[in-house]
Amino acid sequence: MDPIYRALAEIVGEEYVSDQPEELFTYSKDLGTSEPIQPDYVAAPKTAEQVSRIVRMANQKKVPVVPLGGGISLAGLALPLRGGITLDLKRMDGIIELNEKSRYIVVEAGISHGKLTSYLHRHAPHLMHSEPGAPPAATIGGNVVIHGQGDLAHPYGFNSDMINGMEVVLPTGEICRFGSCAIGSGWYTLHPLPDLGLFLGWSGSTGILTKISLRLFPCKKIREMDIFVVEDEELVPDILYELTHAGMAEDLVAWSQEIPPYGNRLHHININITGDSREEMEFKRHLMFDIRLARYIQDGVGGIAAVSQDIERPQISKSADWKKGGGFEYVGSIMPVSAYPECYRRGMEISIRHHIPYTILGRVIGSAHGMMFSYSYAFNRADPETVRQAREALHETDHMVLEIGGTIWKPAVYGQQLVMERMDPNTLQLMKKVKTLLDPNNIMNPGNWEVN
Amino acid sequence: MSLAEYKYQDIIHRCFRCGYCKFPTDWDDVTNCPAYARYRLESYSTGGRLWLIRAWLTGEIQWSQHLAEIVYSCAACKNCVEKCPLSFHNDIVNMIIAAKNEMVELGLLPAPVKKFLQNIQLHGNPYGLPAKRRKAWMDGLNIESYHGQEYLYYVGCEGAYDTRAQLAARAVATLLLKTGISFGALGNDEACDGNEVEMLGEDGLVELVAEKNIKNFQKLGIKKIITLSPHAYNAFKNIYPRFGGEFKVFHYTQVLQDLLDRIKQDGQSAQGAKVTYHDPCFLGRWNSEYEAPRTLLKATGFQLIEMPRNKRGALCCGGGGGNFVTDFLGGSEESPARIRVREAHATGATILAVACPNCLTMLEDAVKVEGLEEELMVKDIAEILIESKQ
Ligand SMILES: Cc1cc2nc3c(=O)[nH]c(=O)nc-3n(C[C@H](O)[C@H](O)[C@H](O)COP(=O)(O)OP(=O)(O)OC[C@H]3O[C@@H](n4cnc5c(N)ncnc54)[C@H](O)[C@@H]3O)c2cc1C
Repeated sequence: MDPIYRALAEIVGEEYVSDQPEELFTYSKDLGTSEPIQPDYVAAPKTAEQVSRIVRMANQKKVPVVPLGGGISLAGLALPLRGGITLDLKRMDGIIELNEKSRYIVVEAGISHGKLTSYLHRHAPHLMHSEPGAPPAATIGGNVVIHGQGDLAHPYGFNSDMINGMEVVLPTGEICRFGSCAIGSGWYTLHPLPDLGLFLGWSGSTGILTKISLRLFPCKKIREMDIFVVEDEELVPDILYELTHAGMAEDLVAWSQEIPPYGNRLHHININITGDSREEMEFKRHLMFDIRLARYIQDGVGGIAAVSQDIERPQISKSADWKKGGGFEYVGSIMPVSAYPECYRRGMEISIRHHIPYTILGRVIGSAHGMMFSYSYAFNRADPETVRQAREALHETDHMVLEIGGTIWKPAVYGQQLVMERMDPNTLQLMKKVKTLLDPNNIMNPGNWEVN
Repeated sequence: MSLAEYKYQDIIHRCFRCGYCKFPTDWDDVTNCPAYARYRLESYSTGGRLWLIRAWLTGEIQWSQHLAEIVYSCAACKNCVEKCPLSFHNDIVNMIIAAKNEMVELGLLPAPVKKFLQNIQLHGNPYGLPAKRRKAWMDGLNIESYHGQEYLYYVGCEGAYDTRAQLAARAVATLLLKTGISFGALGNDEACDGNEVEMLGEDGLVELVAEKNIKNFQKLGIKKIITLSPHAYNAFKNIYPRFGGEFKVFHYTQVLQDLLDRIKQDGQSAQGAKVTYHDPCFLGRWNSEYEAPRTLLKATGFQLIEMPRNKRGALCCGGGGGNFVTDFLGGSEESPARIRVREAHATGATILAVACPNCLTMLEDAVKVEGLEEELMVKDIAEILIESKQ
């Protein structure tokens, strides 16, 4: 029997390892436009110790290891670019500690956002974490590793800014802890110890997160979504500036899209407001609409499109089916909010050029410190021509994002190369040194963030 | 039929594989797809299965025993149908059944499935037991043969042959007798309802079984049927009309809920004892009946505690789609039945109530394997009704 297979089976149990064509096929595919690439093995470990043993074995055999969470980054980030072992981490989905008064929760990294939300709803309904608009199968580990953002991005920033502590299996197999947990204290802060910054943003190429302490935030009883709409894209940055000055919203998302028709060429700003009482809600609405946005309404350039809508779990997956084709991928970019008008116009131009209905969406991060601006391109999975078109549109968008002064979020390998081409040479060399130091055999998700 | 004629050619590529299908209604966990819960590899999730089926259709992968087992590990529980946000969601299980149709056509079946279907063909039941032993469940009960009564009481294969399910079949019959309604049973003349045959993709055999039963029912003048099993209920209600068989079909809980005053028992007082209820997929998600069983349980005086995953979000016992015999989901601590009894146990209930002979046997076996016999009893609602004082 193949020694690597045998070793994996011994570590995780025969049931949770496969080298069969069916699993290799399944794990060769990403949801987006990436070409399939097969791993040689798939294994689903249950503990950090198992992960560590696998990584040590992989170093001996010089075989790549690719961590996989929900596998829904869309950018092919968990495809085994050099083959090797795909590690499906979703069996590592335990909840280790909920500390209500200190507002944090320690979880295993493979837990899904859906499960965490449900757990909090049941056990600590006055607390919440920042849930991305991704399908609920997205994992906490996979999300922070790529600097995801969720529905608390406006008040609290990137999800990766909400970490109080981490446990990581290094590419050489050691299990390391970071933050107060590293000195045996609770998992309540990542600071003020020396900042290593070695794992977030690296797409799993510098280590495998196995435990994460996440900050929790107040979850208010009453929650609603209001929508403000304008026709002139130039007004969007001003409006967001006003809204973030008021600081009353929990989430701010501006979007415009061709389908459904009411979204076409109009700019909707979804404003989530929450409160514990009617008075609190009223006060927040008053501050935003009567004070901050009144002049747009009076000038006849903006209007309230909806009030008191239920906040429902976003079902962005539906956009995959606009071409009845089961596929879409987006370029996410981190942009200054002031770039909204140009982002919109340039994004729409690309969509039109590639015959794809345009979908543009920007989520405010912090007090308008930035915006995650996404350009989505639907395709028909059964029609290679549409996949090719979408891929071209994505690549064109990657270039455009950098051209207009943005950075690409969770770039696919193509975008990573573009980013690294522009990167400060000293920074680039430091990246290389860090990677070589941590991963001397280059086994950890190789091909991602690879400095030549 | 060749693979090119696969019925859902036009939509199978539309699965985005986003994973909503793994969750229950309250997003409690990714383990509400029984096959995914058991194996925890993407290939066994609904999305993985659909992508594999498509790859088989397009020739990207070849048929293999393993592929067939992945396809047949689908318990047809419809959790995916419930959760998928895309517009074709109602067809998801149909897409999987259609792939099974193809495998049947090509004669490419895993051995346990082949055996299951052969047994139905030869003996009229999946166990391969003689048809003349079918009426064993009625022994000692004063049940009339069907001869024009208002209702036919149909027990189905599990109720007729499985020694544990026979007790449930008898409990239901005892209660029906108590209600005084006019009913009869078919005894050895009863034959498999064909629900699982449909789920296993053997279209030809479904037709044969359904037509034979319909002919028999019509000859006997049967208009109303009470079933023990939600699987039979589903077959008569949703499959038989395709073949011209229109009957008024009831699950026994639906009949009894209206006749509660006639079945008052003098059994033990429940005294606040706790019971939890496991929704069978073919009563719940397939036929939206969530209340009748609960109405009966509430009438027993037991305290009904819901498991976190209930009603539309219930976790399947893993016995559907023929798996109670073919057993592609068994043999592990993470077998859905074992997960389910642990979940039931965690509620603090001492009784796990079921309304399906299939769930009854699956979950009772799981209780034994989990070593919970002292703490949790699996009982059919009819058995609970008989034992309790209302
Ligand atoms: C419809 C849709 C909407 C989306 N909306 C959002 C959104 O609003 N906000 C947002 O942030 N994202 C969004 N996404 C993008 C993406 O789905 C999420 O960021 C998701 O959280 C990624 O997590 P995952 O578990 O699927 O990661 P994967 O795709 O499995 O992995 C992502 C990367 O992290 C690595 N990795 C995974 N787990 C670990 C680990 N434990 N340790 C180290 N490396 C690891 C992988 O190797 C890979 O490089 C969306 C995606 C879709 C399809």
